Amino acid sequence: MATKEFLVKVLIEPKPELLDPQGHAVEIAMHELGLETARETRVGKLVKYKVQAASEEEVRKKAIDISNELLVNPIIEIFSIEVETL
Amino acid sequence: MKAAVIVLPGSNCDMDAYHVLKDLLQLETELLWHRETDLSKFDLIVVPGGFAYGDYLRAGAIARFAPAVQALPDYIEAKRGFVLGICNGFQVLTEAGLLPGALARNIDRKFICKSVTLRIENADSPFTHLFKPGETLELPIAHAEGRYFDTPAQLEKLEKNKQIFLTYAEENPNGSVNNIAGIMNESKTVFGLMPHPERNSETLLGSGAGLKFFQSLVYSLEAVHG
Repeated sequence: MATKEFLVKVLIEPKPELLDPQGHAVEIAMHELGLETARETRVGKLVKYKVQAASEEEVRKKAIDISNELLVNPIIEIFSIEVETL
Repeated sequence: MKAAVIVLPGSNCDMDAYHVLKDLLQLETELLWHRETDLSKFDLIVVPGGFAYGDYLRAGAIARFAPAVQALPDYIEAKRGFVLGICNGFQVLTEAGLLPGALARNIDRKFICKSVTLRIENADSPFTHLFKPGETLELPIAHAEGRYFDTPAQLEKLEKNKQIFLTYAEENPNGSVNNIAGIMNESKTVFGLMPHPERNSETLLGSGAGLKFFQSLVYSLEAVHG
């Protein structure tokens, strides 16, 4: 089967119930710079990679698997996945 | 009796742990390169402190896939010997699912390097039996990701099973839930702690109180092996 190339973005952020001191510090700075209404600021990370696959469904499935196995620690983090066809 | 200290790329407390086991306790000890997978000849395996794989992604996240770490579940399952994770080694053991919970970024965002007061919460384990229950001691900490975290249900289980053997006694330096500084698995064969007992095992470096943890393990092994 012909494969296509996809761009995957895994967006990782601290679990809502986990206090995020980095997000808190950034939010204070944002307030001081005039963005007074900024709230619930969370600082996470982005992992992006290109991958070959037959379908977007396959890309998503494998992205969820590798997130649970390696990219994300589900005890302290949550994640979402974006897939783009290249 | 034989001990191993696993050397991961980025371990930097491996020689300290080796020195305590080999020189202070006269235990036959090997530095075990992370590519090794045969752990069967060892009665004690130490996963030392440091920054394995640069702490990339999360502390311990990549190190858990090192062959020597991948060999630990079978070693633990077989109850072959004890496993001890110190600081980064503790992070590796939680990431590998060999101890519950996770170590998140310190609450004040800083890397903290100082001596802290700790309390022995459970002296009935192979790692703590030479201490008195409730005894306090000082050990150095040196970490940026030491805030122990787990779900309320899992914490309740830890408390109920008395798996928390060490807590921060005076100040909680990193925001750990329930002041947790060290925990063990249910079968009392795997131990993890953020403070560094190997850095306070000689009076040259402080009270020397950390040595008692290692002595506890060695006496426990002697009781089994004679």
